[in-house]
Amino acid sequence: MHSPFSAATSHHNRPIALATRGLSKSFDRPAVDALDLTVFGGEFYALVGPNGAGKTTTLRMVVGLLRPDAGSICIDGIDALADPVAAKQITAWLSDEPMIYDKLTPFEYLEFVAGLWRIDARVAEARARELIGWLGLEPHAHERCEGFSRGMKQKVALAGALVHDPKLIILDEPLTGLDAGSARQVKNVLRERAEAGGTVIMTTHILEVAERMADRIGVIAHGKLIAEGTLDELRRRTGKSATSLEDTFLTLVAEPVAAA
Amino acid sequence: MSQTASLAWLAAHEFRLGWRDWVAMMTAGHRRRLRNVAIALIIFAGFMHLLAYSMVGRYAHAGVVPDKATLVVVTGTMLLSWSLLLSQAMESVTRAFYSRSDLDLILTSPISPRRIFTVRIGRIAVTVAVMAMLLAAPFIDVMAFFDGARWLAGYGVVAAMGAVAAALAVALTVALFRTIGAKRTRLIAQIVAAVIGAAFVIGLQVAAILSYGSLSRFAPLQSEWLIAHAPDVGSAVWWPARAVLGDPAALVLVAAISLTLLGSAMLIFSARFGDHVVAAAGVSQSVVRQRRWAQGFRRRSPSRALRHKEWALLARDPWLMSQTLMQILYLLPPALLLWRSFHSGTGAFVVLVPVIVMAAGQLGGGLAWLTISGEDAPDLVATAPITARRILWAKIEAVMGAIVFVFAPLIVALAFAAPWPAIVAGAGVLIGAAAATFVQLCFRSQARRSQFRRRQVSSRIATFAEAFSSISWAGTSALAAAGTWLAAFSAVIALGILLGVCLISPPRTS
Repeated sequence: MHSPFSAATSHHNRPIALATRGLSKSFDRPAVDALDLTVFGGEFYALVGPNGAGKTTTLRMVVGLLRPDAGSICIDGIDALADPVAAKQITAWLSDEPMIYDKLTPFEYLEFVAGLWRIDARVAEARARELIGWLGLEPHAHERCEGFSRGMKQKVALAGALVHDPKLIILDEPLTGLDAGSARQVKNVLRERAEAGGTVIMTTHILEVAERMADRIGVIAHGKLIAEGTLDELRRRTGKSATSLEDTFLTLVAEPVAAA
Repeated sequence: MSQTASLAWLAAHEFRLGWRDWVAMMTAGHRRRLRNVAIALIIFAGFMHLLAYSMVGRYAHAGVVPDKATLVVVTGTMLLSWSLLLSQAMESVTRAFYSRSDLDLILTSPISPRRIFTVRIGRIAVTVAVMAMLLAAPFIDVMAFFDGARWLAGYGVVAAMGAVAAALAVALTVALFRTIGAKRTRLIAQIVAAVIGAAFVIGLQVAAILSYGSLSRFAPLQSEWLIAHAPDVGSAVWWPARAVLGDPAALVLVAAISLTLLGSAMLIFSARFGDHVVAAAGVSQSVVRQRRWAQGFRRRSPSRALRHKEWALLARDPWLMSQTLMQILYLLPPALLLWRSFHSGTGAFVVLVPVIVMAAGQLGGGLAWLTISGEDAPDLVATAPITARRILWAKIEAVMGAIVFVFAPLIVALAFAAPWPAIVAGAGVLIGAAAATFVQLCFRSQARRSQFRRRQVSSRIATFAEAFSSISWAGTSALAAAGTWLAAFSAVIALGILLGVCLISPPRTS
């Protein structure tokens, strides 16, 4: 295994955007257990797994919201535990619950985020206008968020995650509670982001989304990465080439249970 | 099948919920602390009885005669106390309208809304009366112990005051609902409740200020002018006071009137209560547009962005503003004194210093909770590329900036009249607010800003520590303004409180 901190270890000649090695976290029981995860630059990576598998805990450790018990986290060559500020500068986090300020307008929220990330005001303003347009928030750009629906708040939060132009975007169930139209807008923005060279890591329970959008899918169970690869690679592993991701997922998740 | 829809069944359900709420509030959700809480309450009750003895003991020993002067003092004290009950009852009624909790379940059940809200109004009355009885008990007990069992009638009067407060609170809130609508009632009712509640504290301050130089806190109520213009001893106005003093006929009359008022409120308003609750549930947040965007994004450092965000959120939330800045109401009496005594050069300015410092401590604590614990986007701030220390400093700066904004005008005005008390008050404001912020920092826990009113539930220790810190710094300032070296002794106690806070605060984990 090569060091996660070496600059451009590659898969299809891509640099490593995120590497965790031996990442562990326990609460009453192990939530994440010596997890090795590698995501490459420009990749759309979906992390799937049953409830309580350790997906959210893993990602919260990566973005600095939880301190791991053991292991290392490397983001774009930066040791995120040794230099969290530098790692955070190029990372964005979006949780399943849109956490924004009800008394600010979307533009004011984005201005605040730009201030936190020290983005030049003119650059940030241009990006904010662009994002607001992409996400269909223009008519509400100057209204306080307090009257917004959950979907609108989620879109504002997504704009906040993108306004500082992060290299790595990490999203925890970003489509939860969104209607079909809003979900498509969010998916489009994320897909465009990955195509433009950004790295997107997303947890989801909606396997069709992972199947359709992700370049690679990681299956996590009991805090361990039990399978990883493209949809075809996962199918080959289960020996059922024509099945859906749902069937593949259920087979993979059932393996460690059967083994235990 | 049980008798599900009976009034008694509903009342039992309400009181079970009420009891569990109270236990959760006292134990901060840890039932294992119940024994410790019980011991603490017994100690507190003992302390309160000693305090009550120090305040009314001499009257109890001397014996109280129901003459006109006594009736004026008792009635005045009762009115001030009743303002607190009315404030609490209005709070409860407003909460009953707007907090959803189990209302969706209850209102979609086949039980008559009238029955449900009859019980809820009753619960409010009982809660208010019980709380008032607990606070009044030490005074009643001391008077009964030294001046005869007739004083135990005070318990009945306090219960009656609770019933009347609940009845009037329901009537006032429903009237507000009908006149200004569901949207505005929540804010206005809570402001009215807070102002009425503040009347108690302000009344005490006015009494203290007006009696400056005399020995009695009741001096304003004992003025010859007031007694001369008060109704005769036989007037119905004195029934509550006579009841407190042990007149059984007055007690029966007061109890009958209060129960009639409460019963009428239940009969008249319970049917409409359901309609208003449904209307309150239908209130949507109105669209508020901000104009500022025309100026474009401004260049801000992370610290400045955080400070600006905190001030903007506070300034745009009238409810939070009313809750936090209500402390300023307590500054009205000293401001009045300042204005009145401006040219007289009286030493009474020293009285102002602890009041100002105390208010700063309380306001600082509230603002510190909002900025440090009440962060609505904690993940965003925690994942921003700035250190946790810098985030905390920015938030502390936001608190201290707000404190300076609020208190600077008063300190400057005081400086023109009395420079030394102004210097002491200025230092005390900064230290008192910083100390309260430090307490909140030690006991910080993630919460929504909307939980502001329940912040004391999260940590009783933090609440008491904040109060003791503010009191001790107010005392230190008062002593310093008076020019005595005892201020240093008081300051050491205040610092000791902060050291204790530091030692007992929960460890920080990620």
